[in-house]
Amino acid sequence: QESQESGLPEYIKIVEVGPRDGLQNEKVIIPTDIKIELINRLSKTGLPAIEVTSFVSSKWVPQMADHKEVMRGIERHPGVQYPVLTPNLQGFHSAIAAGATEVSVFGAASESFSKMNINCSIEESIGKFEEVAKSARNMNIPVRGYVSCALGCPYEGKITPAKVAEVSKRLYSMGCYEISLGDTIGVGTPGSMKRMLEAVMKEIPLSALAVHCHDTYGQALANILTAIQMGVAVVDSSVAGLGGCPYARGATGNVATEDVIYMLNGLGINTGVNLYTVMEAGNFICTALNKKTNSKVAQASFNTGTI
Amino acid sequence: AFPKRVKVVEVGPRDGLQNEKNVVPTPVKINLINMLSETGLSVIEATSFVSPKWVPQMADHTEVMRGINKLPGISYPVLTPNLKGFQAAVAAGAKEVAIFGAASELFTKKNINCSIDESLERFSEVMTAARAASIPVRGYVSCVLGCPYEGKISTAKVAEVSKKMYSMGCYEISLGDTIGIGTPGSMKEMLTAVMKEVPVGALAVHCHDTYGQALANILVALQVGVSVVDASVAGLGGCPYAQGASGNVATEDLVYMLNGLGIHTGVDLQKLMDTGTFICNALNRRTNSKVSQASCRL
Repeated sequence: QESQESGLPEYIKIVEVGPRDGLQNEKVIIPTDIKIELINRLSKTGLPAIEVTSFVSSKWVPQMADHKEVMRGIERHPGVQYPVLTPNLQGFHSAIAAGATEVSVFGAASESFSKMNINCSIEESIGKFEEVAKSARNMNIPVRGYVSCALGCPYEGKITPAKVAEVSKRLYSMGCYEISLGDTIGVGTPGSMKRMLEAVMKEIPLSALAVHCHDTYGQALANILTAIQMGVAVVDSSVAGLGGCPYARGATGNVATEDVIYMLNGLGINTGVNLYTVMEAGNFICTALNKKTNSKVAQASFNTGTI
Repeated sequence: AFPKRVKVVEVGPRDGLQNEKNVVPTPVKINLINMLSETGLSVIEATSFVSPKWVPQMADHTEVMRGINKLPGISYPVLTPNLKGFQAAVAAGAKEVAIFGAASELFTKKNINCSIDESLERFSEVMTAARAASIPVRGYVSCVLGCPYEGKISTAKVAEVSKKMYSMGCYEISLGDTIGIGTPGSMKEMLTAVMKEVPVGALAVHCHDTYGQALANILVALQVGVSVVDASVAGLGGCPYAQGASGNVATEDLVYMLNGLGIHTGVDLQKLMDTGTFICNALNRRTNSKVSQASCRL
């Protein structure tokens, strides 16, 4: 009721990216069985989507080298999606062979970032993704599209909303069912978030949009709030705020799932997720990584003896 | 629409340091305030004229008040819990004071050992003396979005206490989410109730980031017209109710957001970060400001 009156979505889908985006940006290599245990715990929290791993060459991303074993080893809960990253057709085929039933492709709104990250231009990357999308369509496999650097680029600095809208439209037109707009270095603020979404919403239906905010400058929740005030109803986050920022040494990266859920609960928005069980999963992985949680909710709850 | 200008009230030297474990030497406190005075901040809460028995960190209040450079155009309010503290503050050169109420009976009892009504009586003595001396008084209301003892706090109670303090003569009421449990929903509801009794131009928000909600809460406050925000350099000041958890929102992170929104604050973010670095080194602790953390690429 509260959320209806305020104009906010009644339900928000949380896409948990901890096991992929989170772990990929953690220094310590996690054993396969720990990854599987983390994902199994997350499967019991009510999260509707958990990004499991990345079918990328282990030469580039050693943390994801065990993608096949992880994919095959996890429990698959009914009603939960387990997307995996597939940068190209080869990765796609490998993912399907390992049992994947949903994939993601990773574009960027910055030429420099695209070049530095995947060693090709935006146009060339779109070409690769189109191959994936075509095969996926033939096999009825849904594809999610990511657009990085939506609010700024570590190399180019400012990124125009028009460019973000253009790349988003290309991904959507090729068949991506959802476009996740990523503030890759967390530089965005509610002002730039609003302007970017306004431009993208001219090209993509609201229901197909998601935001993927990094908390590197502490702006994530304010940016997410802005997005949901505009009607965005899908939010990416990472349990315990796993995943630092590769562009600012020692800085944080992904926003913590616990902190997002706390805010959405307070707003009366339904997510289907049990905050307590997410905190427990967060506690598990932080113990395994031997690190402190990046979630303030978890920090506060553990210290008042609520956990 | 957002306000075009926001006044940032820096509470690091008082609220921040008061909740830090390590007692900071007087010269360090003075240097902190002097550095803050160079950042463009127009209000810096300097210290608290409370008994050192209760708050050892603030025992040097007179020395701090006398030792700082008082730049023109900058206000240096100090806390005065009662008439005695007020008189000591004025004698030490204070030109603005603050009084601390709460929207929770239990919190008031545990914190200052009396009821809300009794605390307001004490404050009225301060108000009378302040009026006679032409000294402006800022009123704080704690526990506006929840209490560590009572739990939920009714918005009507917050509005009632705010109204009483405003009617007494406080020029501004700072609404404090003391344990940081508020979210944009509860913030909006509370402000809606308070704004029926106190004009929005006289309201400030004082958000704690204990659950990571501070900037989102501040954002909705701005959206309903609040244009005064309290913050603490480097996010100084933990939460006394959740050991190891954070407290005050970091001024750097607030200013970063306001800059991004095109809202004028007059604050130089780099100088602010440098000040945060200074006090964190002195306290031998890491900053709680994410902006500061991200900007340190050495």
